[in-house]
Amino acid sequence: MKCRELAEFLIDYVSGELPEETRVHFELHLTRCRNCHAYLIQYESTVKAGRIACGEHSDELPADVPEDLVKAVLAARKLI
Amino acid sequence: MSSATPVDVDEADLLARLRAGEESAFEQVVRTYGGRLLAVTRRIMGSDEDARDVVQDAFLNAFKSLNRFEGNAKLSTWLHRIAVNAALMKLRTRKRKPEQSIDTLLPAYLDDGHHEERFQSWEEPVDKAMERAETRELVRKHIDELPEGYRTVLVLRDIEGLDTEETAKMLGLTVNATKIRLHRARQALRTLLAPHFRSVPS
Repeated sequence: MKCRELAEFLIDYVSGELPEETRVHFELHLTRCRNCHAYLIQYESTVKAGRIACGEHSDELPADVPEDLVKAVLAARKLI
Repeated sequence: MSSATPVDVDEADLLARLRAGEESAFEQVVRTYGGRLLAVTRRIMGSDEDARDVVQDAFLNAFKSLNRFEGNAKLSTWLHRIAVNAALMKLRTRKRKPEQSIDTLLPAYLDDGHHEERFQSWEEPVDKAMERAETRELVRKHIDELPEGYRTVLVLRDIEGLDTEETAKMLGLTVNATKIRLHRARQALRTLLAPHFRSVPS
């Protein structure tokens, strides 16, 4: 397996969906290729970083919903 | 008035008041859940203004269909789903911009199939790096930079936690196309994050 092929299989590898035979070749390549190993770790870290940055407990949530949005929704509701 | 977090809310009581048509209940819903809905729709739409329109539409849709809300789901989850759907609907109907290429953010290979670039381990575990507010902000900024067709897949799969089939259905893509887009979106985001994660100020 070449690095290029390994990169294509990454998504199935990290979700545990890689068929057994391919997984064996994938992991064998990883033991021999530090570059692909580092890439795999960075790929997994990227997914995790996205989850933490935008997840349920993210600090991006506004403390207050803008007043004009509250007013607009309540006014529009009366027209339903 | 500060917004309560959804965990503080007695949803059964709130729902009963909504169904009874109490004005204060509608206001409470908007104040309680509006922030979270703005965040998710902004991430999908890529603009604050569009997100506000979508959240307004989502609340109105929800209020119109309160009788269809089943008590076994959480009110917050139901509203969230309505908002995500409203955002995707608006994306579909708004004038399509030509799709930006993601190719320059994907890994490049030599003729022999090896990576062109030499990758190094990031100096700090991601959990630790993400403890810093500025790193979290940076990650969000780079997610926003992804081309729309890739960003939406990444948001639905990796952040909203939908499975591939659901995501494909919501976006009108095949399962395979959805997987390819997610993979490319993650690879592109990795490329954008790498310069920041490699050298971390002590």
